[in-house]
Amino acid sequence: MSLLQVRNLRVEFPTRRGTLVALDDVSFDIAPGEVLGVVGESGAGKSMTGAAIIGLLEPPGRIAGGEILLEGRRIDNLPYERMRRIRGREIGAIFQDPLTTLNPLYTVGRQLVETMLTHLPIGPAEARERAIGWLEMVGIPAARERIDSYPHEFSGGMRQRVVIALALCAEPKLIVADEPTTALDVSIQAQVIALLKRLAREKGTAMMLVTHDMGVIAETADRVAVMYAGRIAEIGPVREVVKRANHPYSQGLMASIPPLDRRVERLAQIEGAMPRLSAIPKGCAYNPRCPRVFDRCRRERPDLMPAGATLAACWLYAPASGEGHAP
Amino acid sequence: MRPMIETQDLVRHFDVSRPLIQRLLAREGRRTLRAVDGVSFDIPKGSTLSLVGESGCGKSTVARLVVGLYAPTRGRVLFDGQDLGTARADRRQRSRMQMIFQDPYASLNPRWRVEDIIAEPIRAFGLVEGRAAQRERVGALLTQVGLSALDGRKYPHEFSGGQRQRISIARALSSNPEFLVCDEPTSALDVSVQAQILNLMKELQARLGLTYLFISHNLAVVRQVSDRVGVMYLGRLVELAPAETLFTTPRHPYTRALMEAIPDLEMTGRTRIPVGGEVPSPISPPSGCAFHPRCPLANARCRAEAPAMRPAGEAQVACHAVEEGRSAA
Amino acid sequence: MRAFFDSDLWWSFTRSPVTVISAVTAIVCIAGAVFAPWLAPHNPFDLASLQLLDAFKPPAWSAQGDPTYLLGTDDQGRDVLSAIMYGARVSLLVGFAAVAFSTLLGVTLGLLAGYLGGKVDALLMRIADIQLTFPGILVALLVDGIVRAALPRDVHDQIAVFVVIFAIGISNWPQFARTVRGSTLVERNKEYVQAARVIGLSPARIMVSHVLPNVMSPVLVIATLSLGFAILAEATLSFLGVGVPPTQPSLGTLIRIGNDFLFSGEWWITIFPGVALIVMVLSVNLLGDWLRDALNPKLR
Repeated sequence: MSLLQVRNLRVEFPTRRGTLVALDDVSFDIAPGEVLGVVGESGAGKSMTGAAIIGLLEPPGRIAGGEILLEGRRIDNLPYERMRRIRGREIGAIFQDPLTTLNPLYTVGRQLVETMLTHLPIGPAEARERAIGWLEMVGIPAARERIDSYPHEFSGGMRQRVVIALALCAEPKLIVADEPTTALDVSIQAQVIALLKRLAREKGTAMMLVTHDMGVIAETADRVAVMYAGRIAEIGPVREVVKRANHPYSQGLMASIPPLDRRVERLAQIEGAMPRLSAIPKGCAYNPRCPRVFDRCRRERPDLMPAGATLAACWLYAPASGEGHAP
Repeated sequence: MRPMIETQDLVRHFDVSRPLIQRLLAREGRRTLRAVDGVSFDIPKGSTLSLVGESGCGKSTVARLVVGLYAPTRGRVLFDGQDLGTARADRRQRSRMQMIFQDPYASLNPRWRVEDIIAEPIRAFGLVEGRAAQRERVGALLTQVGLSALDGRKYPHEFSGGQRQRISIARALSSNPEFLVCDEPTSALDVSVQAQILNLMKELQARLGLTYLFISHNLAVVRQVSDRVGVMYLGRLVELAPAETLFTTPRHPYTRALMEAIPDLEMTGRTRIPVGGEVPSPISPPSGCAFHPRCPLANARCRAEAPAMRPAGEAQVACHAVEEGRSAA
Repeated sequence: MRAFFDSDLWWSFTRSPVTVISAVTAIVCIAGAVFAPWLAPHNPFDLASLQLLDAFKPPAWSAQGDPTYLLGTDDQGRDVLSAIMYGARVSLLVGFAAVAFSTLLGVTLGLLAGYLGGKVDALLMRIADIQLTFPGILVALLVDGIVRAALPRDVHDQIAVFVVIFAIGISNWPQFARTVRGSTLVERNKEYVQAARVIGLSPARIMVSHVLPNVMSPVLVIATLSLGFAILAEATLSFLGVGVPPTQPSLGTLIRIGNDFLFSGEWWITIFPGVALIVMVLSVNLLGDWLRDALNPKLR
């Protein structure tokens, strides 16, 4: 059974000019030990999906429909206190900026120990030993000496490792990582990705990895969800989505990434920009930018449907559709 | 032909000491951040030189030195053969250089209409007389960067990040410059929009014969736009080479480490060995070659003696190991 | 104008009943003061119309009250309501002028300190720090005392209002200067300012046309809150007898004069000007509080 199930999730933002739908009909599963990458341009709703799962939507945003299940139990409608206990014990969170996660007033050791004492049936002495173990595991040199240092005494890359240790130390079953490497330089980013991959493999932790960096996804994820304007445009195995994307948006997204191994005279580009939430087009949200748009795309909104080895929300793949034709 | 820009042993230090009283109480001396520590290069007219490196390597400081936003601590910048200070005192020379910035949200004054933002250089340099003629010129510039002439009436907040970056480019082009400094112009943009902006910049270069100094941390982007590439580490150039040479045969161990660190989109499944450690503080850089604590090829000489830039094939490399042939690739 | 009524500011205004009530109150106070010569039932300064017989009349609703004097009369038979309206005129004039003066001074010096930095900044901010260690009213008293000692009495009486405006204005500039300096430090490093520097615009032009418009929102808030302070400061000075001359009594003067009769039972002479002062300052301060919250993006 899937560890995490998200079913028809809908998130709304009431504003004075009407209700904005930030996430609409988002559904996906994550299996134990699986890394699901979530990609898309800013404003596509990828971070908001993560925030909805860990129960930290910024008000006035609220879940207006659908459900989120962790091991078959609903977690989207829990009271704040219950959710707080699940966060940490069963779901760990890693954010882009390590400084927002770490408490500057406590040593990293104390933060690790307290997290473990709250969530695990162990005593303080063992918690401290385990904390040192975690710091070693995430690659902090001289962990035994540095455990009593404060967050500001670590560099940016080291702090992000501490955050990862903190997210992992209660041995959650699921990690939601929102742009965990975006604030880091490439050489540090590579170290952190290698670390996350190793931990997912060794501990069997499931992970939802939100990032705009396709390279990070290609290296780390097992499956990928491509989001556009608050919906999933395509979801499938990473190799398929990266190399043989089926949705025209995923194709455009992949093609616009500049290659490292050659120079191209003109990069493929998607015309225009993603619509604002207040002005999402009728039919398929991507239709004004889509090079393969046809009539139906402007009229009806497509749901995810089988397309090659992935699922794509695109009328090109409608079964027995007279208008489109699969490539 | 004279290069558009030439820098000669450019140095810029920043005083990051704490206030006098705190310094006296803590008994510490002045602290100097060596943002740029001896950088020399030139950019031929009509070509693009890119500077790459991780945060804190000094690439953005070089960009600001080259347009005169900072004064150099030592060394100098020649703009079309003329000392930069002299050139910037002359309105006509000044109008030949412009800059494009990283943050599309901070680079446009939020209180000004787009048409006034773009017209500002035109007015400051007295290039077009008369309101109607200025408006016409602004409309032409907006069209040139792929926006509508009617967009001039709007305010910056009505545009997306990519559109704002187009407005920044229109403003930069409004004084008919020959030299553009581009400080991470696409790193705040989404990848599909990044492609739009890179294509636009290449088109404009071909059409107007522009010279670019392009600052970026993204090697893949740099490969697409550059004629030559300089790799910076802790305030110094470690390698300077034609783009193709650099990407096919990187020589400096740091250049190789950078390329090794980029996630592999081709999914060849090769395992990467990321370089360990982090960039040291530019306030107290390591002795000798600044890269030696992270370098797999470092030896006693590297720890003691800072390497100078020496020719290696078509490239110039500052590395003892490369010079001594210890870097068998 | 349509843009204004469509703006977030107007929207947040209409959603806060306290703010709407404050705004209405403030407008009533200001209108009453500005149009006093036309609205006031009596002219308290027209000596010809004063009747000593009418002195010490209690408010109209009490037993000995006279319906022509709604809030009663003072020791010389002047209508208290009319005196309040005329007094508020002086109070508001001094308040607005003092705030305008300290805004002008503070914004200019704050811009210079923030944009130029270095020694200019250090010097201006140390002066501001030193001044901030004294209560504002003390600075105003000091300035007033110096001018009073330096000028002959009749000259002083002629320019007394300007002295009070200057004294209150000078006591309040550091607040503006520090806020503007802080915002300027942030704006100065933004890329739109750097773009203007690349073009080679002069620092003065960059400060005025680029930085200034972007640091004005907090200034608006402080100016509103300072108006309350300035009105109170003027009242305090007048209450202490060093403010505006008694020939142009402000609310503070009225309170001081009335204070003498408080214990002999004629409470209305001092209480009503006091209430007027409180209502005016409170409504202005509540408006300022709302403005601060509405313009602060973090609290949205």
